[in-house]
Amino acid sequence: MSAEAGASSSTRSNRPGRSDGWRGRTRRLLGDHPLGYAFVTPYVAFWVLLFAWPLYLAVYMSFRDWFFAAPGADVARPFVGFGNYADVLADPVVHRAALNVAIFILINVPLTVILSMVLAAALNQALPLRAFFRAAYYLPYVTASVAMIAVWLFLFNGTGMVNQVLGPLAPEPTWLVNRFWAMPMIAMFATWKQLGFYVLLYLAAMQNISETLYEAAWVDGASALRRFTAVTLPGVRAATTLVVVLATIVGANFFTEPYLLTGGGGPNNASVSPVLLMYRAGIEQGRAGYAAALGVILAVMVMGLSAFSQFVLEDRE
Amino acid sequence: MSTTTSTRTAALALAGALVLGACSVDGGAGSDETDAAATGTDGATDSATDGGTDAAAGGGSTGAISIWYSNNPEEIAWADQVIEAWNGDNPDQEVTAQEIPAGESSEEVIRAAITAGNTPCLVYNTAPAAVPSFTKQQGLVSLTEFEDGESFVRERLGDLADQYASTDGEFYQIPWKANPVMLLYNKDLFTEAGLDPEDPPLGTYEEFLATSRTLVEDSSATAAIYPSPSQEFYQPWFDFYPWFAAESGGEQLVADGTSNAASDAAIAVADTWRTMYDEGLAPREPYQGDAFAEGVSAMNSAGPWAVPVYVDINWGVVPPPTSDGAGDVWSFSDAKSVGLYTACENRQTAWDFAKFSMSEDNDRLLLEETGQMPLRPGVTDLYADYFEANPAVLPFAQQLDRVVEVPVVPNSIEVWQTFRNEWVAGVIFGDKEVQPALEEASTQIEQLVQEG
Repeated sequence: MSAEAGASSSTRSNRPGRSDGWRGRTRRLLGDHPLGYAFVTPYVAFWVLLFAWPLYLAVYMSFRDWFFAAPGADVARPFVGFGNYADVLADPVVHRAALNVAIFILINVPLTVILSMVLAAALNQALPLRAFFRAAYYLPYVTASVAMIAVWLFLFNGTGMVNQVLGPLAPEPTWLVNRFWAMPMIAMFATWKQLGFYVLLYLAAMQNISETLYEAAWVDGASALRRFTAVTLPGVRAATTLVVVLATIVGANFFTEPYLLTGGGGPNNASVSPVLLMYRAGIEQGRAGYAAALGVILAVMVMGLSAFSQFVLEDRE
Repeated sequence: MSTTTSTRTAALALAGALVLGACSVDGGAGSDETDAAATGTDGATDSATDGGTDAAAGGGSTGAISIWYSNNPEEIAWADQVIEAWNGDNPDQEVTAQEIPAGESSEEVIRAAITAGNTPCLVYNTAPAAVPSFTKQQGLVSLTEFEDGESFVRERLGDLADQYASTDGEFYQIPWKANPVMLLYNKDLFTEAGLDPEDPPLGTYEEFLATSRTLVEDSSATAAIYPSPSQEFYQPWFDFYPWFAAESGGEQLVADGTSNAASDAAIAVADTWRTMYDEGLAPREPYQGDAFAEGVSAMNSAGPWAVPVYVDINWGVVPPPTSDGAGDVWSFSDAKSVGLYTACENRQTAWDFAKFSMSEDNDRLLLEETGQMPLRPGVTDLYADYFEANPAVLPFAQQLDRVVEVPVVPNSIEVWQTFRNEWVAGVIFGDKEVQPALEEASTQIEQLVQEG
């Protein structure tokens, strides 16, 4: 604040009268720019109603034997402490779901980062049909998952095109009912489906790297690979952090794929996911307390993983 | 931190707390043992508060009502005619109708509507397996609210009525129609395999397995039968349960709190199916489409709804097999009930309309329009002329005298999911032995029923 402005403010605040007292209190409470609160209020209201309040409810429900009831119904939903959490952590199907998340993230995240970075680097060059390829990679992302899953079901079923090509090399049982292949298939489907979005993020990041850096490296005699590792990679570091965090969050919340692609988490729960279990318990079976506890645990795990990714990847300089 | 900043922060925190506090006035995070829907939807109609047990809330009230019905054209045609007849006679108690809103399943939509308090008075697609859960939600009206509630159900169903009573002895559903599940077979594929299509060897498990092997080896079918191998809770109703009903002589999965999931009958059924999967006679992979309609499988578990669906196939029908091939076997009813929901204000009109829609004439109309069986004894005699004109439906009607319903027990959906999980592990994918898998299911099922 400038000295002049400060003096002016001081002069105004020293004036006697009710109006100045009110203004002073308002300024002390709301600062010099109270209009700012008006601008942020819609988002704060949105956040409170659609994020904070549901999160609060989920935590509240997770400590009770909760189920959804008719409005005004006089029903008992006793406090059960950490009972729901203990049930979740003792459930072997939850253990399998946690393992599946780990498998998913281990395949999906590196594959997403590598493929989207390489494709973005290629699409950043002056290639023929560049616009076509950009649209082609983005198409699966904007197409409904249900339609894409139908295509994959026809590709990878026992008599599908992939097995026709592979012949005797095709796995038995086939991909989506094979307990070894079911999760990798889901991870690869998700990678392929989401790739266009991440390519777009990388492309935007690469187009922000100054051309002079590449020219300087070229003048210094750097090879194409060296220019990529010394200029491009550091230049897209922020995008990489974002891609890893987003891919981790999406990965931990996968639902549509096991629900539709592997017939409800099959074979024999080999592709079950935490969100699918939440759906079964909370929506199908009416065990909302258990589902909420699972949701809270999942949210904490995802936040932890995201924070760890960010800590490892972000440029602290 | 300056005083101004800390004051501002405190003010914002206070505002946030006030917002959260205001939102939580109906339930709060307190320690109350009973609370009325902390979802914030406490603006219920009076009629919704009694959980279906307070007759004064709406038992005698009449006026306009709304109903939901299934979305298939045949049932819509039936409902439209019934409603038109009712509205013509009762202009002061008009009935309006719509299809059940789209969702993953009717049960999810109804459950959400109960929670939101906007169910219609009647839903003509209430699954008996969901009734315990809807009752726990206090979404269904007990028929004891009406003077003739229980007697109507007992007169309509006779000996079958007790299968629809809840564990407290009351009826929270009005059993309406059934689709007895039987074994359909493709006569052309049987002929192709050298099997007698008019007297197929499908009475015993040994015959069923031998016939299945012959079909896969000697016909163009790639599967003998193709039930869905997926893990949804309702899938046992089309592979395990009809066969279990037949083998056990009409037992339910749970009787008097005791699970029959690992009984001798259940294990005999499971062993046969395990052999089917192990030998590739039933595939482990879900089929994208209708395997029976496309000639991929030679047999199918289906109810009378199949009659118009498989009109282009030369099919025959037999009851589910049993270990000894005894006659007059039982099967699963695949019934649907009518639910009267607590959000309904004019419950007397709803009850009167429900009874009207199940009159002898309207049940005939249901049969004629949909081919589905009204759930009442003596259907074959009562509508003999219809079955004479439609002989393909007759075997399903004859089966109606020996049908088993899903048990109306607490945690019913979870009970079936538990069973399915173990069935998938022990029978379909062979990750476990059959008997330990079913014993595990049985133990868990009894716990679930007792917890409820």
